[in-house]
Amino acid sequence: MAGGSLSFNQHKSLKAAQTSEEKVVPTLCELCFWRCGVNAHVRDGKVYKITGQEQHPLSNGRLCPRGTGGHGLLYDPNRLKHPLIREKVNGKEMFRKADWEEAITLVADNFMRIREEYGHGSVVTFTHGFGASFLKILCASCGMISAPSYAQCRGPREDAFKLTFGHSVGSPEALDIKNSQYLVLIGTHLGENMHNTAVQDFADAIGNGCRIVVVDPRFSTAAGKAERWLPIRPGTDMALLRAWIRILIEEELYDRPFVEENTVGLEEVREGVQDATPENTAALTGIAAEDIIAVARDLGRYKNHALIHPGRRVTWYGDDTQRERAIAILNALLGNYRRPGGLFKQNKYGVPKPKFPIAIVGERKFVSRYPFASSVPASEILQQTITSDPWPVKGWMVYGTNMIHSLGNQAQTIEALNQLEFMVAIDVLPMEITSYADVILPEHTYLERYDDLDDRSFRVPYVGLRQPVVPPLYDTKSGYEIAKMLSEKMGKFDLFPDDVETYLDGRLREVNSSLAEIKEKGVLKKPEMDFYRKPWESLKFRTPSGKIELASSKLKASGFDAVPRYTPPQENPPGYFRLLFGRAPMHTFGRTANNRFLGELMPENELWVNEITGKDMKLKPGEYVYLINQDGVKSKTPIKIRLTQRIRPDSVYMVHGFGHTHPELEQAFGRGASDADLITHLDIDPIMGATGMQNNFVTFTRKA
Amino acid sequence: MARKRKYAMIIDTKRCVGCSACVYACKSENNVPEGFCRDWIVQRIEGDYPKLTMLNRSERCQHCENAPCVSNCPTTASHYGGDGTVQIEPDLCTGCKACIAACPYDARYIHPEGYADKCSFCQHRLKQGLKPACVTVCPTKTLHLVDLNSNDGEAEKLMRGREVVQDKVHAGTMPKLFWLM
Repeated sequence: MAGGSLSFNQHKSLKAAQTSEEKVVPTLCELCFWRCGVNAHVRDGKVYKITGQEQHPLSNGRLCPRGTGGHGLLYDPNRLKHPLIREKVNGKEMFRKADWEEAITLVADNFMRIREEYGHGSVVTFTHGFGASFLKILCASCGMISAPSYAQCRGPREDAFKLTFGHSVGSPEALDIKNSQYLVLIGTHLGENMHNTAVQDFADAIGNGCRIVVVDPRFSTAAGKAERWLPIRPGTDMALLRAWIRILIEEELYDRPFVEENTVGLEEVREGVQDATPENTAALTGIAAEDIIAVARDLGRYKNHALIHPGRRVTWYGDDTQRERAIAILNALLGNYRRPGGLFKQNKYGVPKPKFPIAIVGERKFVSRYPFASSVPASEILQQTITSDPWPVKGWMVYGTNMIHSLGNQAQTIEALNQLEFMVAIDVLPMEITSYADVILPEHTYLERYDDLDDRSFRVPYVGLRQPVVPPLYDTKSGYEIAKMLSEKMGKFDLFPDDVETYLDGRLREVNSSLAEIKEKGVLKKPEMDFYRKPWESLKFRTPSGKIELASSKLKASGFDAVPRYTPPQENPPGYFRLLFGRAPMHTFGRTANNRFLGELMPENELWVNEITGKDMKLKPGEYVYLINQDGVKSKTPIKIRLTQRIRPDSVYMVHGFGHTHPELEQAFGRGASDADLITHLDIDPIMGATGMQNNFVTFTRKA
Repeated sequence: MARKRKYAMIIDTKRCVGCSACVYACKSENNVPEGFCRDWIVQRIEGDYPKLTMLNRSERCQHCENAPCVSNCPTTASHYGGDGTVQIEPDLCTGCKACIAACPYDARYIHPEGYADKCSFCQHRLKQGLKPACVTVCPTKTLHLVDLNSNDGEAEKLMRGREVVQDKVHAGTMPKLFWLM
């Protein structure tokens, strides 16, 4: 034994000698868009592990599996390694390797030609992620529209809360989950949706004895933590929310002093939800009337310290803004605004934004046909590309978003792609969308580049820095360099300083810091906000009435329902099952499916099918089937059947982000199936243009 | 002489969401080869729709006080670390798999380099005064490394009022993973 120990120690000291080359670089994660502070550990020039940054308020030293496996992206052998230009050789289209000068010139020339020919706004940038910040500056100064992924994600939530409270929920969400005593999740699967801080707060809430109710057709991990799982009939959430509103008002369980002082429209709401009796609601939702009543009474009991979570990706059924309005109304009735466990408003650190010139586009300023769209809905630009109405869109720049998998209705996306005269894709990996590009510009991964400062609202106001951890492995460039090169080719020579360090240092000097300081610390912080309201405080909201609008004056003025109304969901066609999709903690959309490290934790997605359904449909666990949807569209790849009790018999579920068909994604290729193949039907939210994706239904086939 | 440590792990299943951050953090910390892991997640569902319960458990070597892997190891490669842990000396291991057959918890695998490997409670980190990688990464603060010989009261505080479950106690191994239900 002694000998063993001695030898062990020798082994260790040898190891210590080997680790003398180690360095630890603080930076920001980009495996999802939460932007946790991480420490990248480098040994012999190689990132070998990534840990949570102690001092970063989003990580608190802890990290999710995706961030922990982030270097799997850096070392992905299938990365885009140099610029590519599409070329026709002997009649066959293929990509050839190009140098940056040639590729950038080609992009700039084409964008300038298109702008010359078709006017401002004829080139559009689609973005998802933080790296796009400099491209957005370029777009604004060159008269190009930029469209984020807001209409496919949390757009309805943000616009609903703006209409009600005068400000959005934000990301990270301004929700005091960790101090909640009663938390209701509507389809939100915290724990599978693995935003680090949100899950940390959720676990703290559990630890503090918070009572949890989960409304979800699927027994999610969060449902496993709940005292009540309400397996609601999909599409009827609005009915349930209205029933709760009705009970809170009828039984006077709402926070009366708060509501009287700070809200308008209670009477209108009371009138508007009269039909939502527990009995009617039970018939619609499949949830027993006594459960509906019990939860409402518990909400009334915990009032200020109860929270109805507004969710995150809430683009479900096309009436999503109104459903989110119902959630906003419920929270307002509980009076939880700026109370422990409720909603609040958080602040930025406040680094002044540099002033960039903005192109004057005159009549060509994009105005959405959806009156409350606070951002450009990507789906609307897609339509415009197809119809050229009100003006033609002929050039696309696609940054970090795989629109074939993210938008739904692939046929429509491809139709739009066919209208283009030029498209450039900027990404780190080949994706289905990059195959359609004329030029592919490979970006540095997040571990090889600077990005703009991360100055977002949070309960601890902070500024985070993304900085290079290792030199670039390939002939790639950062978003900053790409934007700067393009701007110069397009005649905007002074748009960006020579290098990103000068730009970042200049910004930080404005708050008496420097790039050197934040490079060392990783983050600048202010003390945690004291956001709880004081008894003597009078609240003001940025709504037309200056109060929380239970009945929305703006919606009413635009001809929409001031009080949310229930619309029955589409019925399942006989023999078809509603297709639901969500997230797994070890993956982010389709972005991580090719990550070898994360692939080990979850190599493919499975189709969750209720055991009874499985028996009826003669499905065997573990067998692979193709799915066919209501429009006769078949999944491109088969998916493994998982028979489980954890889902309603009328629905099936898969984790989004699998079923890649790009042959260069060697890890991800053909593994699992893509929900996006099957989402041919979209319900557009008339209020702000979000694309509801959950009115699609599938059945099974063994035929390839 | 300094008091001997007796490391154990307390795992709060109520907080655990089964995200697997512990699994990958361990893999990168300990350079665990592809296809293997030193810790893992077990998710158990019981009941019938819609009355279901879920249990998430992060599992690893139990660092038994009466460890069959140690008593069955012909070369003393598997040994007690002296701090309540069970360790493996790769240089002494012949890869005979006697320990793998003996371990009731299926905690070991044969490393491609030919020796048995398993969770060490990150002994190299403990020596630097750090917690194991899995404990440090865990976003839900599910995992706690405690010293049962310490009088800091941490273990008692964590267990107070909670149902505590251990695995295969009947095997007489005196395991040192404690799950809080």
